[in-house]
Amino acid sequence: MTAAQASSTRWRWRQPGVLPGFGPALGFTICYLSFIVLIPLAGLGLRSASLGWAEFWRIATDPRVVAALSISFWTSFVAAVINAVFGVIVAWALVRYDFPGRRIVDAAIDLPFALPTAVAGIALTAIYAPTGWIGQLLAPLGIRVAYTPIGIVIALVFIGLPFMVRTVQPVMEEIGKEVEEAAATLGASRLQTIFRVLLPGLVPAILTGFALAFGRAVGEYGSVIFIAGNIPFVSEIAPLLIYIRLEEFNYPAAATIGCLMLILAFVILLSINLIQFWSRRRLGHAS
Amino acid sequence: MQADRAPKNFRDPTTESSAAKWSVITIALLFLAAVLVLPLAAVFTEALRRGWDAAWLAMVNRETLEAMQLTLLVAAIAVPLNTVFGVVAAWAIAKFEFKGKTFLTTLIDLPFSVSPVIAGLIYILLFGSGSFLGPVFNSFGLQILFAVPGIVLATMFVTFPFVARELIPLMQDQGTGDEEAALSLGANGWQTFWYVTLPNIRWGLLYGVLLCNARAMGEFGAVSVVSGRLRGETVTLPLHIEILYNEYNFVAAFAVASLLALLALVTLVLKALLERVYGPRQSLRH
Repeated sequence: MTAAQASSTRWRWRQPGVLPGFGPALGFTICYLSFIVLIPLAGLGLRSASLGWAEFWRIATDPRVVAALSISFWTSFVAAVINAVFGVIVAWALVRYDFPGRRIVDAAIDLPFALPTAVAGIALTAIYAPTGWIGQLLAPLGIRVAYTPIGIVIALVFIGLPFMVRTVQPVMEEIGKEVEEAAATLGASRLQTIFRVLLPGLVPAILTGFALAFGRAVGEYGSVIFIAGNIPFVSEIAPLLIYIRLEEFNYPAAATIGCLMLILAFVILLSINLIQFWSRRRLGHAS
Repeated sequence: MQADRAPKNFRDPTTESSAAKWSVITIALLFLAAVLVLPLAAVFTEALRRGWDAAWLAMVNRETLEAMQLTLLVAAIAVPLNTVFGVVAAWAIAKFEFKGKTFLTTLIDLPFSVSPVIAGLIYILLFGSGSFLGPVFNSFGLQILFAVPGIVLATMFVTFPFVARELIPLMQDQGTGDEEAALSLGANGWQTFWYVTLPNIRWGLLYGVLLCNARAMGEFGAVSVVSGRLRGETVTLPLHIEILYNEYNFVAAFAVASLLALLALVTLVLKALLERVYGPRQSLRH
């Protein structure tokens, strides 16, 4: 109690309340957060900043770094687009329709969250290798999936799926029937209702799911490295390049690539947030 | 009501024809079968490729058991610490009104948006050669990197937000009324927490711990950066899978992988059960 009283007089930015323990709880939270997250992350920024601009730029424009970053970002983008399409279809089936085993399917969506990435990585490689279940079907067609960027995209689709479904699903559940009924009474066909009334309302949620899936995919490591083949300039992702630089004890390069990844991811997520803000205003739907 | 009076071929204008319905369901299920079921099936089939005996031998192999011990040890340290943090942080954030609350919540979520490799990288920069802290700890005879403490730290970083982000919205919804009533009836702070708050949040807490534990036991990227892969010392189960796989010992790799896949399945079942008692599903993003 005394701690609470003391803290309420010391900190004016807190609204008064009767519950005890604010001071110690907030203090512990900030300390723990600083030691585990903030100070180590700040170290990354400091280490890259201490290189100086010229050195930072030299590492950042190294062709192998540029190639790795662009592979990471475009495969993540393609995977997020695929997830946006199929994620909406899956969410639609789960929310709107009843079919045998729906609850099991619903629970299974979270598998990529629960399955360790290394397990997913070797399993996907086994399926898509030229001798694997799907690989041997594609091999006669001349399509190679494992050890190419297509393999990376497949691993990232696996990783990103629950983000999309779990973001769109609750919004879809809350769409009132009135909107659809109004559209129907005004003479809209079912397809018109879906594409011009229901889907626009889902756009902000889809963009959020896209951003989450994309953000996770850019940094993904475990599920990708087994299936990617890791050929520099072809299928080497940025997190792997950081790993390689660390093994060479080239810490400045590793820190720089890490810093670049964080900056690029931040810029992209910020622009997605802006698009989302814009679409929410334009479409006039709250979600 | 409406269906009774409607003509036989009448379709509710807010539903699709059954052909459209079943084609959407078929597309969704085929996609999920290809993306989710196939990898899971592959893990178990590959593990049993040479029969049960070979898979069993790989599981009870000394190195596997050592890796399992380390994984359990790391989870046993990281999960309780992050659980305590999550409860305390949620208490501070959900039960009090103060400026900068949103910012603090954003900072707590930060580890979710950082690549696991970067999570490992930051600890290398902090404790590695040429850093300030590494030599300090070394002079006390304490090895952080390429040792168990580094693995624990990296695991704590990637599992940092799980419990807190589960509890904050839950405790915000519950408000402070129950606690205020307990206090006015003469309970002290600890009694209020143990007998009022904790029972209120128990399912959400369990849910957060479950997800935190699944990630802690399965973490690969961050741990692989700080581990150094000293056999029998710093090899966790996911790293052990990678080593076996890179040695072309596929049956053993998939046998160990099937253990972690079973852990994932158990997690999913418990999660589904918890969602049933715990009410509406919380949005999870990690």
